[in-house]
Amino acid sequence: MKKFSYEGHTAHQFDVELNEVKHKVMNMGGLVESMVHNGLEALLTMNTELGAQVSEDDHRANQYELDIDEDCTRILARRQPAASDLRLVLTIIKTISDLERIGDEAEKLGRISVKLSGEADVPHYYKDLRHLGDLVKTMLRDSLDAFTRMDVESAFRTAARDEAIDQEYATFSRLLISHMMENPRQVSHALDMSWCARSLERIADHCCNICEYVIYLVEGQDIRHANLDDMRKKLL
Amino acid sequence: MNNTVTDTDQIASINIDQDKPHEQTVEEIVASLGDTVGETRVDNPKMSCTGVDVFYADKQAIFGVDLDIGENEVISMIGPSGCGKSTLLRCLNRMNDTIPICKVTGKLTLDGDDIYDKKTDPVLLRARVGMVFQKPNPFPKSIYENVAYGPRLHGLSRNKADLDDIVVTSLKKASIFDEVKDRLDQPGTGLSGGQQQRLCIARTIACSPEVILMDEPCSALDPIATAKIEELIDELRENYSIAIVTHSMQQAARVSQRTAYFHLGKLVEVGKTDDIFTNPRHELTENYITGRFG
Repeated sequence: MKKFSYEGHTAHQFDVELNEVKHKVMNMGGLVESMVHNGLEALLTMNTELGAQVSEDDHRANQYELDIDEDCTRILARRQPAASDLRLVLTIIKTISDLERIGDEAEKLGRISVKLSGEADVPHYYKDLRHLGDLVKTMLRDSLDAFTRMDVESAFRTAARDEAIDQEYATFSRLLISHMMENPRQVSHALDMSWCARSLERIADHCCNICEYVIYLVEGQDIRHANLDDMRKKLL
Repeated sequence: MNNTVTDTDQIASINIDQDKPHEQTVEEIVASLGDTVGETRVDNPKMSCTGVDVFYADKQAIFGVDLDIGENEVISMIGPSGCGKSTLLRCLNRMNDTIPICKVTGKLTLDGDDIYDKKTDPVLLRARVGMVFQKPNPFPKSIYENVAYGPRLHGLSRNKADLDDIVVTSLKKASIFDEVKDRLDQPGTGLSGGQQQRLCIARTIACSPEVILMDEPCSALDPIATAKIEELIDELRENYSIAIVTHSMQQAARVSQRTAYFHLGKLVEVGKTDDIFTNPRHELTENYITGRFG
């Protein structure tokens, strides 16, 4: 595994600029992580206030994306980064786009929680949704961790979890279908739940992307659309 | 035998003084660098270096370099000052012959023939392997004479019409003809820096070389002249092999297909330019191209 550092430039100001932009990405990651947590909680506890909070946070996430994009543009124009520095800037540009999308998905959870707040009963499948949500939240945290520590091993491990989440999503969808067949009057509610599960599944996909960027960043190998196990054997 | 202190001895002693704080000698550091990373050979080599060592008196400047320059390729040589890239470039057309204390060992070939063979005439070699220098150095003659000098020397033209043709073609190839066509009898030194450099390239091309060596050809030029030279390098690649030494990493990234990184006289890494600038394999290459010179 390669060592990775974005410090040690003779032009010290370049270190400072890269450090600043990386910290912004970490802050954005933290915000998005809390949005996913809050969105899910709002949904599962019917907390409309929390749901509305997620929508507000989404504006902040969008602003982060714009700011970081601008920082990266400035770095590209002024520093013409090469090799690992270039890969770092490219990785950041791509990562924040996925983070922004994760924020959008979290915002959807919040929006649906507000919409469903009037419902009387908590359906039994909520616990399955919570399970899916917990898996996704852990995956998001570990992806951001892998990014922060530039940890290829952890990125591989985290990306591999996408498959389990896909299966969990498929199981949950089947559960919803049987619930809809048994309770035709709750189809509308169950469809909303299906959208929520879909959002969670999409968040896991974005996490997977972030892990792939981390591997590209450190190893210089683009592993998108490649077999994860093969690449892992090759690189580690 | 020789007790007088020469300039070289003084230079050597100055270097030793500068090196004092370091515990390792250059030789030790070079040995610790290991083998060259990347593919030093190409399928269609025009020139080949094998185990090339270069010494200035007792001081070794280049350590066991293996490197091919392929047909119709631009290879850039990069590295910090004193890393031996210019020295190696100058070996390729025996420019170092003029330095008495310089000793070259190992094998350097052009189309498979040893260029340091006793039978090789350096003057003819330099017609086949032309060179463009850092500072434009036109002869203090007319623009026409600057370009005609080489072909006349090597008897490349049968008559005046032939020579005229070579001059015009060379100036056109060097993308300077349109700018000078009305004043071919004016002194070459009266041109701007960028024009002078292109005139020097025309002068090199006029001898119908097979390889062109360029030692920081754009370092004295403004961005517009630089862009013109780079454009020219790209066009020349169709007919020539080009080795270019440059301190501008962006320039190396723009003009070359392969890049070689030198450090303390050792070829550390060589590979496709695209790979070197996005994902170099050696840590020293990475540090150099990302601006970590500490």
